[in-house]
Amino acid sequence: MDLALSPEYEAFRAEIAALLKANADKAPANSDRGLKHPKRLAWQKFLIEHGLTARTIPTEYGGYGASPDILQSRIIAEEFAKSGLPRGLAGQGISMLVPTLLELGTDEQKAQWIAPTLAGETVWCQGYSEPGAGSDLASLKTRAEIDGDDYVINGQKIWTSTAKQADMIFCLVRTEPDAKKHHGISYLIFSMDTPGIEVRPLVDMTGSANFNEVFFTDVRVPRSQIVGEPGKGWQVANATLTHERGMLGDPNAAEARLLAIADLMQTETLNGAPLMDNPVLRDRLIRLQAEVYAMQANGLRVMTARLKKESAGMAGLLIKLQGCQLNHELARLAIDALGEIGVLYGETPYLKDNGSWQWRYMYDLGLIIGGGTAQIQKNIIAERGLGLPREPRLAKQQGG
Amino acid sequence: MEFALSEDQRLLQSSLQGTLENVSPLETVRRFAAGEQDVAKAIDTALAELGLGQLLVPEAHGGLGLGALDAALVQEALGFAVSPAAFLAGAMASEAIGQAGSTAQKYKWLPMLADGSVKIAVALTETVSMREGAGLIEDGGKLTGKALFALETNSASHVLTADITGKLYLVDLAEKSAKLSPLETIDQTRTYAELTLDKTPAEPHADEAKRGEALARTLGLGRILLAADTLGACQNMLEKAVTYAAERQQFGRVIGSFQAVKHMCAEMAAKLEPCRSLVWHAAYIFDTEPEKAALMACLAKSHISEVGTFIARTSTEVHGGMGFTDLVGLHYWFKRIGTNRQWLGSPEQLRAEAASLQGWA
Ligand SMILES: Cc1cc2nc3c(=O)[nH]c(=O)nc-3n(C[C@H](O)[C@H](O)[C@H](O)COP(=O)(O)OP(=O)(O)OC[C@H]3O[C@@H](n4cnc5c(N)ncnc54)[C@H](O)[C@@H]3O)c2cc1C
Repeated sequence: MDLALSPEYEAFRAEIAALLKANADKAPANSDRGLKHPKRLAWQKFLIEHGLTARTIPTEYGGYGASPDILQSRIIAEEFAKSGLPRGLAGQGISMLVPTLLELGTDEQKAQWIAPTLAGETVWCQGYSEPGAGSDLASLKTRAEIDGDDYVINGQKIWTSTAKQADMIFCLVRTEPDAKKHHGISYLIFSMDTPGIEVRPLVDMTGSANFNEVFFTDVRVPRSQIVGEPGKGWQVANATLTHERGMLGDPNAAEARLLAIADLMQTETLNGAPLMDNPVLRDRLIRLQAEVYAMQANGLRVMTARLKKESAGMAGLLIKLQGCQLNHELARLAIDALGEIGVLYGETPYLKDNGSWQWRYMYDLGLIIGGGTAQIQKNIIAERGLGLPREPRLAKQQGG
Repeated sequence: MEFALSEDQRLLQSSLQGTLENVSPLETVRRFAAGEQDVAKAIDTALAELGLGQLLVPEAHGGLGLGALDAALVQEALGFAVSPAAFLAGAMASEAIGQAGSTAQKYKWLPMLADGSVKIAVALTETVSMREGAGLIEDGGKLTGKALFALETNSASHVLTADITGKLYLVDLAEKSAKLSPLETIDQTRTYAELTLDKTPAEPHADEAKRGEALARTLGLGRILLAADTLGACQNMLEKAVTYAAERQQFGRVIGSFQAVKHMCAEMAAKLEPCRSLVWHAAYIFDTEPEKAALMACLAKSHISEVGTFIARTSTEVHGGMGFTDLVGLHYWFKRIGTNRQWLGSPEQLRAEAASLQGWA
């Protein structure tokens, strides 16, 4: 056990801290809304040029081209957290599609898509879930039939985040209807401008229409736009699901929120006394602090395992479940601490922290459900982590 | 940067676990619990051969000079086996003497701790939780009063205690005026006693300037070790539940294939694994960043106590009626976890302390 960083890494930290400090004025503000706001794209460009995002992606694909170094990545993450500056873009294109293409894409696909995606010029959405295929994703029905050099796609996706703004979609479709459930699926990438695509926004509980229904009617996609082999889409998708789960439940983000709540409880007063003077709230705060530290130490363990190219085992499997739950609990404490003021929302007087705690409380619940629900995570932990048996299959229903 | 156990630490873990399986199986724990306290002597002897008494004693004083993380691994193994072996009190005593003893005191006590010629129990409850009528008062180098919940008294020759100002002392239990009367708790895998002193000669730790810090370090180490003990006990309860769930059949299938049962096991594992990281981290910080040690000890012990309570209950439930019996003996773990939770500060007390350590209260 040795948590100290070598002098080279400490120097690297100092360098990153200085770089962020000197360029803080370039960062977009919260009010610079829109995925492609020029200030956001300029900031992304600056971050890539200095190795602060897309760090290990080869320069030929528009990345910074450093060799992978988990410690450097961690230092960068920590310095961003300290500085309070916005990190590089992390939409589903960057966090899920790019790693998938790097691993399984053809040279043409890599050359065509990675650079504009990293730059934020090409926005992607993830077309996996369907009305009949959520947790049981492999039962998806949207079909793609071969017609000449094209696939012709018919069917429907749902919960597709940012589909309205997206230029492109990475999408799971059934190409071999007679193959077994997990076998007949393929992974296609295509433009959201392709004729036959209709996007209908769905308003979520936070009040915004972030996710959508996406309908496909005779959508023609060249056969070259498949990633991986036909019928192997399940394996391709699973490569990206691992990336998604690693992204949710980041312990550094949890610590930043914990500190924000501690700050709120020290500055906000009720009946003339700081909220922190309430021993019950204080007790809840410390309870969550211990959990945040536990998840951070757990993260260090997972990182050590990755450095040694070993499996992190249980320590890795639990992150999505515990991390998302913890974030949700943190937001709940902030709201309870604020009391009546905690229910204010939108743009209204007396609002604290821009109403972000209510938004978080709702959004974090979405993250508990999305990307594999809490219950599915528990199945995974029990079956893969503890070796408990799978659910026995039901006998086939009569007449079905 | 490396957050993992060293090769030596893994070796310590496995040799200790092997030894405990031999010398401290559940049958032996049962005999200890039934009042045959002498069975612990053989365990203590076997552990002394592994060098556990020397573990925290600096090399200059005949010890191994290892750290809090090594001690936590030992205590974790003891908790796993609900072993009546003495370790925690001796570890706290070597920390206390190392912190606030004079050079002469270190030369006198530490080698004896290392070679096992003294066995030191610990009676520090009043520095955390003072009951009415309890507490020791010093007058002319002699102590008078009561200290509750002295731990590991069964084989002890001396006791580490404190007066009501928090000053630490060693008391020879051979003194006529020093009395130990047993306190029966739910946990019969260890012994607890009330210490009564009546103008009993006591050797104070010499370094006055370090009084507060010495006490804080001693309590911090004790809390980390109790957290480690609970960690080991929880790990065993989880493993027992998973094994049972994979064997026991009802409705024509193993109960571990029922999601209700499977999810109970998954929740136990998902809550416990980060605790392991937290306890290791707290132990590491204890040696490397003393200014954060007290806080981390409070957080680690309070958090694992909550998780422990959940696991103690849930593992018992997974076992159905069997879990409730003496036959399987799960209750020894249940009760050890329950006792660790209260000793040297309940979760609520520790969180209050953590808040004040951060200037929040
Ligand atoms: C905020 C948000 C954003 C999302 N973004 C996207 C996106 O961009 N692209 C995309 O493709 N999808 C997206 N999703 C969809 C998400 O992946 C699914 O909602 C999720 O996988 C669950 O599927 P479902 O909604 O159909 O629920 P269901 O699968 O119907 O689940 C309903 C309930 O049944 C439980 N359940 C189901 N199966 C089991 C089982 N085997 N054992 C125990 N319990 C079970 C679930 O845990 C849940 O409690 C998003 C979801 C959310 C909330």
